Amino acid sequence: MDHLISLMLIAISAALINNFVLYYFVGICPFLGVSRRIDTAFGMGLAVTFVISIAATLSWTFTYFILSPGAPLSTWAWRALGGSPDTVVDLSVLNYLVYIFVIASSVQFVEMYVRKFFPALYKSFGVFLPLITTNCAILFGCLMVMKHIGPDAAEPWGLDSALVLALAAGLGFTIAITLMAGIREELDLADVPPSLRGAGITLLVAGIMAMAFMGFTGVDRGLAAALAH
Amino acid sequence: MASLDQPTALERFINGILPENPVYRQLLGMCPTLAVTNSMQAAMTMAGATAFVLISANTITSLIRNVLKPHLRILVFTLTIATFVTIADRFLAAYMYEMSKQLGPYVPLIIVNCVIVGRCEVCGSRQPVHVAFSDGVGQSIGFALALASIASVRELLGSGTWFGLPVLPASWPAWVIMLLPPGAFLTLGALMGVVNWYQARRAATAK
Repeated sequence: MDHLISLMLIAISAALINNFVLYYFVGICPFLGVSRRIDTAFGMGLAVTFVISIAATLSWTFTYFILSPGAPLSTWAWRALGGSPDTVVDLSVLNYLVYIFVIASSVQFVEMYVRKFFPALYKSFGVFLPLITTNCAILFGCLMVMKHIGPDAAEPWGLDSALVLALAAGLGFTIAITLMAGIREELDLADVPPSLRGAGITLLVAGIMAMAFMGFTGVDRGLAAALAH
Repeated sequence: MASLDQPTALERFINGILPENPVYRQLLGMCPTLAVTNSMQAAMTMAGATAFVLISANTITSLIRNVLKPHLRILVFTLTIATFVTIADRFLAAYMYEMSKQLGPYVPLIIVNCVIVGRCEVCGSRQPVHVAFSDGVGQSIGFALALASIASVRELLGSGTWFGLPVLPASWPAWVIMLLPPGAFLTLGALMGVVNWYQARRAATAK
């Protein structure tokens, strides 16, 4: 039960309170670039959710078993190679390289898979799929997972927590980008000053949206207190 | 073998500062621009780290441009960048621990800063080393200027200080919203409008 509550808090925090786009500012490029129409924005949100789930799962696996200080697989390999048993094997210097490699290759695989089995979906994603590699939201998800593994973490995360974080973060991204696309479709009809057209007005609208999302602050604590009773 | 239509080293350098400013004109590298600009110190540390990675990665890319396979180039770029980012991250953690704590995940996020991949693709993989180097320096200065402009506004309005030194009188009601996430969006949106307005006016008078 406690575990379920903590999973739910992770989800609410990632999707609403600390929304990836509006609180951490990651994934701004697609948020500004692909938010002209609601249907493409929604498709982009789904694609990001999909890739971030795969990337978080893989990076949790690699970090937990190989990269974090004293990880089981690398320790076993060190001992098998005749290293001293007292050494703590710490490969965390390789973290970023491994994450970016995992992200780039999983995007490549997703692209190949979708092209082969869902040609219609592939057409509607178009160029967005390869662009996801350089979407900071994915790497940021991996980094959040990394922070919660290893001896320094206060409450080590299992694979389920990592997966819940990824799905909720993707959901939060989808909510933000779809809302933004809805507003921008209306903005096309409005009389915007010429120098603010395009990125300027989008950023101002995003600022107001971020203020609105600040209203969620504290929801998780209130919910946890209510559930504890 | 610089072809005629490729910009020279000097042109690359000047273009990076204002005409092709990464933030205001190309709309690239938005994450750090918004995330670390609530104080000048954080913004300048970020600009320094990005400059190191950008210049090194652009130079290395230019050195290996003749052995690069086209379909693998993006992967090679990102792995090169990730290596330099790891160096910068470890350096910050060793010598500027407090700052590295404050910047947190935004240092590793330099890996996916589109400015750097973009420069490797546009300049590093096509032009010789000295052009790539000066391009990196120019773009870094442009990026630092953009970060400084946003961070100045946010720090002045948000806490009445600049580089941590008190500037505005103590009676200044600090606009906390400027330090919080919405302030970043609002400041960048407004500054973007100002830059566009200035550009349009200059184009009109030039006619």
